[in-house]
Amino acid sequence: MKTFYWLVKREFWEHRGGFLWAPVVTGAVFLILNVMAIIAAEVMSARHGVQIGGNDIGMMMRNADAGDLAQVGAAADVAMISSMGMIGIVMGIVVLFYCLGSLYDDRRDRSVLFWKSLPVSNTSTVLSKVASAALVAPVIAVVVSIACGLLQLILFAIVLSFHGVNAWQLLTLSHPIRAIASLVSNIPLYALWAMPAIGWLMLCSSGARSKPFLWAVAVPVVLGLLVSWFGIMGLFNLSSSWFWGNVVQRVLLSVFPGSSLVFDKHGLQGMNDLGDNNPLGALSPDHTYGLLASPNLWIGVLAGVVLIAGAVWFRRVRDDS
Amino acid sequence: MNAVVTANGLTKAYKNSLALNDVSFRIESGRIVGLIGPNGAGKTTALKAILGLTDFKGELNVLGFDPRTQRDKLMEQVCFIADVAVLPRWIRVREAIDFVANVHPRFNRAKCEAFLARTKLTPNQRVKQMSKGMIVQLHLALVMAIDARLLVLDEPTLGLDILYRKQFYQSLLEDYFDENKTIIVTTHQVEEIEHILTDLMFIRDGKIVLDTDMDTVGERFVEVMVGADQAAAARNMKPLDERQVFGKSIFLFDGADRATLERMGEVRRPTVSDLFVATMKGTYA
Repeated sequence: MKTFYWLVKREFWEHRGGFLWAPVVTGAVFLILNVMAIIAAEVMSARHGVQIGGNDIGMMMRNADAGDLAQVGAAADVAMISSMGMIGIVMGIVVLFYCLGSLYDDRRDRSVLFWKSLPVSNTSTVLSKVASAALVAPVIAVVVSIACGLLQLILFAIVLSFHGVNAWQLLTLSHPIRAIASLVSNIPLYALWAMPAIGWLMLCSSGARSKPFLWAVAVPVVLGLLVSWFGIMGLFNLSSSWFWGNVVQRVLLSVFPGSSLVFDKHGLQGMNDLGDNNPLGALSPDHTYGLLASPNLWIGVLAGVVLIAGAVWFRRVRDDS
Repeated sequence: MNAVVTANGLTKAYKNSLALNDVSFRIESGRIVGLIGPNGAGKTTALKAILGLTDFKGELNVLGFDPRTQRDKLMEQVCFIADVAVLPRWIRVREAIDFVANVHPRFNRAKCEAFLARTKLTPNQRVKQMSKGMIVQLHLALVMAIDARLLVLDEPTLGLDILYRKQFYQSLLEDYFDENKTIIVTTHQVEEIEHILTDLMFIRDGKIVLDTDMDTVGERFVEVMVGADQAAAARNMKPLDERQVFGKSIFLFDGADRATLERMGEVRRPTVSDLFVATMKGTYA
C-alpha cells in the first residue's frame, strides 16, 4: 500500500503541470475574465447612465418575492459551479494525453529501465497510473473548481454590495455546500465512466512501438468506417451510429467529465430543473447516479478492466529499450 | 560456493538473428565478472534476460528466481545501471531519493545522502540540468545505498570523462563491493576494468567463447616478444595472434609451454584487450 501511494505520488511529481497547474491556471483565467466582464459592465452603465446599478438593485432585492429570491440564489449557484465547465474540459484534455503518454514516454526516453530496476510489479505500476487518471486528476480539478466557485461567489457578493445589496443575504440564498457536495459526488462516477477510455488509451500507450496517439484514434475510427461501410451492425439489429456512439466515442471521449450526460436520460432530465431555479440539479446525485443503473456504464467498466489487463501484459513483454 | 546466476541453454532470437545461441554459464557469489564482446554480440540481451526485461528460451535462475515471472521479487536483490541516460529527466535528486527509499525495502537513505554529500549535486536539482557524469553519480548513489546481492552494469561509464570513470569504479570497489555481492559489468573500455575483474567472459555471435577466472587467464595465456630470428619457430607453435612492434614480433599463445617460450624471448601476461582482440579476430569481416 505504501508502495502504491508513492507510485501515485511519483505520477503527480511528473505531471504536476497537467494535474495541478492546468486547472489552477484555467480557474484563474476564468476569474480574470469575470472580473473584466464586471468592470466592463460597470463602465458601460456609468457611461451611458443606464440605471441597472445604483441603489436600484438593492431596492429590487428588498421588494423581491420568494420566487425572485430563488432566482437570485440560482444565479449565485451557477456562479459557483460554472468554472467546473472550463476546468472540466481542460482536465479531460490533460487526462487524455496523460493516458496516452503514461506507458509510452518512459519507453521512449528509456527511463523505463530505471523504473523496472526497482522491486515494483508491472501491475502496480499500471494501476498507479490508472488511479492518477481516474481519481487524482478529477479530485484536483474539483477542489480547484470549488475554490474558484467560492471566490466567484465572494466576488459577486462584493460587487453587488457596492450597489446596496446585502452580501450576506445573497450568500444565504445560494447553496454552496450543496454545490460542493454535488461536484464531489461526481468524482466516483467519473472514474467508472472514464474506465474504457483510460483502458484503451493506456493499452495503446503500452503497446505502440511509436505514435500511440495515432493508434488510439485510428483503430476505432477505421473500425467505425468499416462497420458503417459494410453495415456489420445490421447483424445485431443495431445501426452503425450505435457503434460510433457506444464504442468509438466511449473509448476516446469518456475522459471528458460530463460526457456521460450525452448517453444518460436521467442526466438530461436533470437539465430540465434549470428552469426551476435549480441549476445544481444537473450535477446532483439524485440525477447523475441514475447512471449506475445503466448497462452502458458497467459494460464500459468491464471493457476498461480487460484493456488495462492488456496494458499490464504489454508492459511486461514490450522490449524495445 | 553458491551460484548467483545459472544459465542453461539460454536462447533468444530476434526477427532475423540469434542474439543468444544456446548459452550456458554460472556466476558464483562474490565475483566481479566482465562480460565482454563486440557490438551486437548479445551482451545486452544476456543482461536483459538476467534482469527479466526480455523473454527467452532455456533455463535461467537468478538468486533462485525466474526473472521472466518474478522480476518484482528479484529486483529487491538486484540492482541495475544501464548506460547513462536512463534516469527520468524530470525527477529531482530529492524526489529520486524519496521514491527509492519508500519503494525499496533494502535502501539505506543515510548511506545515499553521505555519498551525495561528496558530489556537487543539490536536492532540488533536476536530472535534465545535470551533466552525464552527474547523472551517473546520482544513479550510483542510489544503487550503492541498496543492499543488493547482484549488481548489473551495462556500459555504465559510456560517454563519461576519465575523472568520472575512475571515480565510478573506485567508489564501487571501496564503498560497495564485498564477498557477499556480485557484479556483472559490460564495457568497451576494457583497460579500465581489467584490474578489478575476478572473472572474464567473452561473448561473440551469441556464444560464450571464453569463460574463465583471471588467475587462469594468467596461467593459460602467454605473450612473448621475440626477435626476427625466432619468429618462424614461434609461428610453428600455432599462436592465437601475432603483431609487430619496433621490428620485433609479439605472439599470443593459449596453453603453450611456458619454459619453451621463455627461451625464445621476453614473456609476459597479455592484457585483456590484447586477448580480446585476438579472440575476436574477423568479427566484423
